[in-house]
Amino acid sequence: MTAGTLFGLCAAALIGLGLFGLIVNPHPLRKILSFNVFGSGVFLLFGAIAHRGAAAGMGGDPVPQALLITGIVVAFSATALAVALLLRLFDQTGSVTLSSDVAAKAGNDTGAH
Amino acid sequence: MKLFLDLWTVVAVVAGAFFFFAGTVGLLRFPDSLTRLHALSKADNLGLGLVVLGLLPQVDSVSAGLKLVGIWLLVLLSGATAAQWIARTFRQSGTDP
Amino acid sequence: MIEILNFGLAALILGLAVWAVVAREAPAAVVGFIVYGLLLTLVWLQLQGIDVALTEAAIGGGLTGVLLINAAVRLRSTESTARAQRPSASTRWLAAALSATVTGALAICVLALPEPAPTLAPEVLANIAVTEVGNPITAVLLAFRAMDTLLEAIVLLFALIGVWSLAPDRAWGGRPGLLQQADPNGMLDYVARVLPPIGIVAGIYIFWIGADYPGGKFQGATLLAAMWLLVMMAGLADAPPISRSWLRWLLVAGPLAFIAVGVVGAVTAGAFLSYPHGFAKTLILVIEFALMPTLTLILGLILLGAPLRGEAA
Repeated sequence: MTAGTLFGLCAAALIGLGLFGLIVNPHPLRKILSFNVFGSGVFLLFGAIAHRGAAAGMGGDPVPQALLITGIVVAFSATALAVALLLRLFDQTGSVTLSSDVAAKAGNDTGAH
Repeated sequence: MKLFLDLWTVVAVVAGAFFFFAGTVGLLRFPDSLTRLHALSKADNLGLGLVVLGLLPQVDSVSAGLKLVGIWLLVLLSGATAAQWIARTFRQSGTDP
Repeated sequence: MIEILNFGLAALILGLAVWAVVAREAPAAVVGFIVYGLLLTLVWLQLQGIDVALTEAAIGGGLTGVLLINAAVRLRSTESTARAQRPSASTRWLAAALSATVTGALAICVLALPEPAPTLAPEVLANIAVTEVGNPITAVLLAFRAMDTLLEAIVLLFALIGVWSLAPDRAWGGRPGLLQQADPNGMLDYVARVLPPIGIVAGIYIFWIGADYPGGKFQGATLLAAMWLLVMMAGLADAPPISRSWLRWLLVAGPLAFIAVGVVGAVTAGAFLSYPHGFAKTLILVIEFALMPTLTLILGLILLGAPLRGEAA
């Protein structure tokens, strides 16, 4: 099995794992983490395909590889914004739940402003 | 000469790998955080040092060799800092590590 | 031999991904994710994407890891409430079935990819001489698809503005991050004095060499930002208040220079971001040098988060 196929299959499994964690984990931070696993799986799949495009003395197709660098940076920006939103929600309400009835209860418990 | 250098590489890298193995066993088996930290830093410092020393005869240029040594020194610095910091956090928190 | 190592690497990565998804405590899950990111860089090396490996190590594993572990520690008290909200068994089974289906479909696609694989590598090779840079990735990033890179820099800037906009009203315009007390005898103080000179040289080296070899401004800027963060964490310097006009000008300088080069191209070479003949390398260097300080500041400030205290130090 070539490295491209092996890590392509590995990427498919990572995408499934990330998706599962995104749905099942109730904590928003864990959802962000799972989404990053999902995202790195997508990047890896793209990278495996780029590796198959090795030609002209290059180890992989440089166009998708350059797009991957852009993608990793954009994923970091999105993660940073999501984490900042979450921390602000926590500072404001003392809880991070996304469910409205539990939020109201937690808000009463901690005497949120 | 070539044979001797190759032999040196094999011996040193195997010895380095042994230290990593021992460090990992220690990390998994030692009873508390401070001893685990001790095992881990031994693996980092000695294991990586031996691997780097073993690889030195195989590099093509002086600058590549210097980069390898540089990597080892940087890992020494970061490993020592992290271990010291973790141990200190345990001591200050006063909990059983 | 290398095949066995690749299989081991894939197995380790999958194991760590499972850990990051199912671990009970969030900080433990994040530590698993950081190790996962480091091992992914080895996979990128196996896939011959050295530039991607550097980016993954610097940003995917490094900066994202710091961001998440900081949040995980701050949100520790919320974990037990969240655990009580775990979805029902039927939802979990449905999610597992859905995920397995997605994975299966993707796996079939991977195995059914066309032979020979389509590639743009020969075209890049045919046109790279015009750009006068030696690294094909840099040629794609700053010449063939420069628009993507411009928009990427703007996305980073918008993310920082988004993070800042979450500041409480009383702290708006103030300093981000917590005030750290310097400890002159501490280990962190020592490292924050010894490491930055080395880290700054390494960061500029990675940036400079990116024109011809793997490396580049994002990886270099990450190292510089890390050194800046280290100095701030040790309490040797404080974060600047976000209302400072020098800071704001530096933050927009990179994208503005990039857009200016694009407009010059529109006037002299007939299309936005196309370079007049013979000036490609010069203009690429102008963009790189303008983007470097901007990216360093944005990456550092984004990790510090929204301002939480006033201007007073």
